[in-house]
Amino acid sequence: MTYIIRRLFQVIPVLIIVSFLVFLFVYLSGDPVALMLPEDASQAEIENMRKVLGLDKPFIVQYGIFLLNAVNGDFGQSFIYKQEALGIVLERLPATFELMIASIIVSTIIAIPLGVWSAIRRNTFVDLFISSSSILGKAMPNFWLGMMLVLLFSVTLQLLPVSGKGTIYHLILPAITAGTAMAAQLTRMLRSHMIEVLSQDYIRTARSKGLGSFVIIFKHALRNSMLPVITIIALQISTLVGGALITETVFSWPGLGQLIIQAIHARDMAVVQACVLVIAVFVIVVNLLADLLYRVVDPRIKYN
Amino acid sequence: MSKLLQINNLKTVFYTEEGQVPSVDNVSLDIKKGETVAIVGESGSGKSVTALSILGLVPSPGRVVTGEILYEGKDLLKMTDKEIKKIRGNEISMIFQEPLSALNPVLTVGKQIQESIELHQKKKGKRAKEKVIQLLNRVGIPRPEKVYYSYPHTLSGGMRQRVMIAMALSCRPKLIIADEPTTALDVTTQAQILNLMKSLSEEEGTTILIITHDLGVVAEMADRVVVMYAGQVVEQSTVYDLFEKPEHPYTKGLLDCTPKIHGESEELLAIEGTVPTIQNRPTGCKFHPRCKFTHEKCKEKDPELFTIKEKQKVRCYLHEKVIEERLK
Amino acid sequence: MKWVKMLLVSKVGLIGVIIIILFTFTAIFAPLIVPHDPTEVNLGKSSLPPIWLDGGESTYLLGTDNLGRDVFSRIIYGSQISMLVGVCSVLVAGLIGIPVGLISGYYGGLVDSLLMRIVDSQIAIPSILLALVILGFMNPTLLTIIFVIGVSSWIAYARVVRSEVLSLKEREYVKAAKTMGVRHSFIMTRHLLPNVFSSIIVISTINVATSIITESSLSFLGLGPQSISWGSILSEGRDYLATNWWVATFPGIAITVTVLGIILFGDWLRDVLDPRTEV
Repeated sequence: MTYIIRRLFQVIPVLIIVSFLVFLFVYLSGDPVALMLPEDASQAEIENMRKVLGLDKPFIVQYGIFLLNAVNGDFGQSFIYKQEALGIVLERLPATFELMIASIIVSTIIAIPLGVWSAIRRNTFVDLFISSSSILGKAMPNFWLGMMLVLLFSVTLQLLPVSGKGTIYHLILPAITAGTAMAAQLTRMLRSHMIEVLSQDYIRTARSKGLGSFVIIFKHALRNSMLPVITIIALQISTLVGGALITETVFSWPGLGQLIIQAIHARDMAVVQACVLVIAVFVIVVNLLADLLYRVVDPRIKYN
Repeated sequence: MSKLLQINNLKTVFYTEEGQVPSVDNVSLDIKKGETVAIVGESGSGKSVTALSILGLVPSPGRVVTGEILYEGKDLLKMTDKEIKKIRGNEISMIFQEPLSALNPVLTVGKQIQESIELHQKKKGKRAKEKVIQLLNRVGIPRPEKVYYSYPHTLSGGMRQRVMIAMALSCRPKLIIADEPTTALDVTTQAQILNLMKSLSEEEGTTILIITHDLGVVAEMADRVVVMYAGQVVEQSTVYDLFEKPEHPYTKGLLDCTPKIHGESEELLAIEGTVPTIQNRPTGCKFHPRCKFTHEKCKEKDPELFTIKEKQKVRCYLHEKVIEERLK
Repeated sequence: MKWVKMLLVSKVGLIGVIIIILFTFTAIFAPLIVPHDPTEVNLGKSSLPPIWLDGGESTYLLGTDNLGRDVFSRIIYGSQISMLVGVCSVLVAGLIGIPVGLISGYYGGLVDSLLMRIVDSQIAIPSILLALVILGFMNPTLLTIIFVIGVSSWIAYARVVRSEVLSLKEREYVKAAKTMGVRHSFIMTRHLLPNVFSSIIVISTINVATSIITESSLSFLGLGPQSISWGSILSEGRDYLATNWWVATFPGIAITVTVLGIILFGDWLRDVLDPRTEV
């Protein structure tokens, strides 16, 4: 319990730095007033708008105000949507979340059997094939993979929808697209870890009890390999979010990725800020959860 | 007494980059029901690989190439995967050297013992758990209900080895193979564990094959002793004869190495030289480079295992003459 | 010579090196290789399929796009951007990350905690998102893209260098240098830096691969340098996927093969140089 609290306290400086970075981007991006007012606005109107937005104050004061507002969930209005920026972001969050969960599921479903299989058949043709496929999976840019999947399954075979969101079929291609890179990483890591685990004494003990290979691999060996699996998922979550954002634009998936790219192109800075902060908080929370999950998976870990 | 286990001409080879390496070279021995046999040797003598060969647990790239291992008359080496799995942990079980690494760190002690019971005795759930707690009690673990839910790393070395013993006993096996069961433990715990094994085997009538490098353990536990050197059996005798009248120069050397309380000499002797590595075994008698009595013949041809008494066999040319003379 | 021999033994490393050499060669000699001007619009030759399909024309190896531009020539030219951005942004990342790692590991204490919190916070923002946001207020030119990708990928250096320095500074020779009053900057550059060199090489190789992918992603999203790059060709081909599939397919293969070669080479380097930490 004390560990959790301590860990939460470590998160605070990180959040402050993230918020500072986010503020800095917007500060450097220049004066938003020109974009927000009609082109024929008078000088007085501009000055007035600057005052309303607090842009006439010194940098550090502006940051202070921004931080205070951010803590209260107030990032200002989106000038495209004419709504609270945070509200728009939170509205889009579930779609991105759904895509990420699906891609994590896809990548573990692919990686666990492949990693295990190539570990028990190491240095055979199967292993060579799986290992090279996983390097290939790492090398492919995901947006291209997404397009190729569309070309094959939607355009040519007409099995799955090209884009959009709705049914489970809409989710399949995006999930594979966003999950492949992590599946590749997981497979490689699981393979090397399983090879190590399978040579451990307790595997020999399990065999000496007369257990079958299935039980030995999935109950005794895989449980010991879960720790690095969780570590990789946690470490990769940031990359995975990045991948999901791009995947969304390929499949017109109505999540944060589409929103933020639109906002960047339109310089809708309130939405950009809210988006980046929400994503950062999400990544931090996932890493925190992974930290706590370690203890469940490996009873040897003590937090002290 | 009838023979429970009979190993004939067992040869286990490791296939390495430098070629085939015979770790166990033509080993024969037998174990009768209810007795305790010890295999003694230094590390690299092939004693552990012999033990692992019995249940087909030799790690790759090792493999049993020739020989037979008869358990109650059936050859374990010819059994199918399914048949041998019914023997493992059920009729023959093993206790390993380092209980911390031999127990799975992420499963509770209780679950690991229960696994064997559920597998071999068709007991499930509550009944299996009751049996585990009984077993934990039996091996002298205090508060077994609590230990049932413990993970191996939270227990002491002695407790862990008791858990291993409970696991080995769980299906009332006829034979327990204990591979250096006390090596990783401190001296007091060693004695406790040996006593436990001894009393349990007496109560259950379990046969024990104990693998050790420690002659103290041999004296404490064994009825008969098999001495191994460089993959071969060099001497076989009763425990009494071994300590009173060791015949092989290597056995004599081993005994000289053990400190004696009432010894005439204060000096602790050691056999000169080291065990040849598995790749560099000499021709002829494997012990000849370290032996005080080496003559030409020893360098050329490996001596056979000469039977010099009803229960004593020695692989040394010094005894060839004794036999020849007796035959005349 | 020793290295060449080691390369020849490892097939994987050799494949990697061959791909990298081909890639470099293509980028440098692009003007000599291309059969057509990559920007030349020729509506009479629009949407030609690759040479091996019905209707393909002999000088258009991989077909043409909807404006009749030669896909093959465009891919060849695209390698220049990938190469330039890949290598230069890694230099930027190294210039930020290595000093941060050295200082953080060497001084420890407050400086270390502060720098590591900065690292933590940058991890919390996906690097592609960071790059996108920075590009949102900087004009996407070649220079800004190199800078942005560098800024969003220096963390790997900082973390690995720091962890190695932490163990190196306990070594006798570093302690001895300290007690003799050698200047800190001298210890860092002469004693510590050479010892983390092999890790830096391995990270750099992997980073070139990631930077190439990042650049192509940015180009794909329309925030790349305003010249021919693999990502931008792909992005243009996206709208014609159903009809002119080759326009989007081949630049992707070019990216994949190049990145694959670099990853294979990096794996081989890791085995040979054997730095302790894996990224």
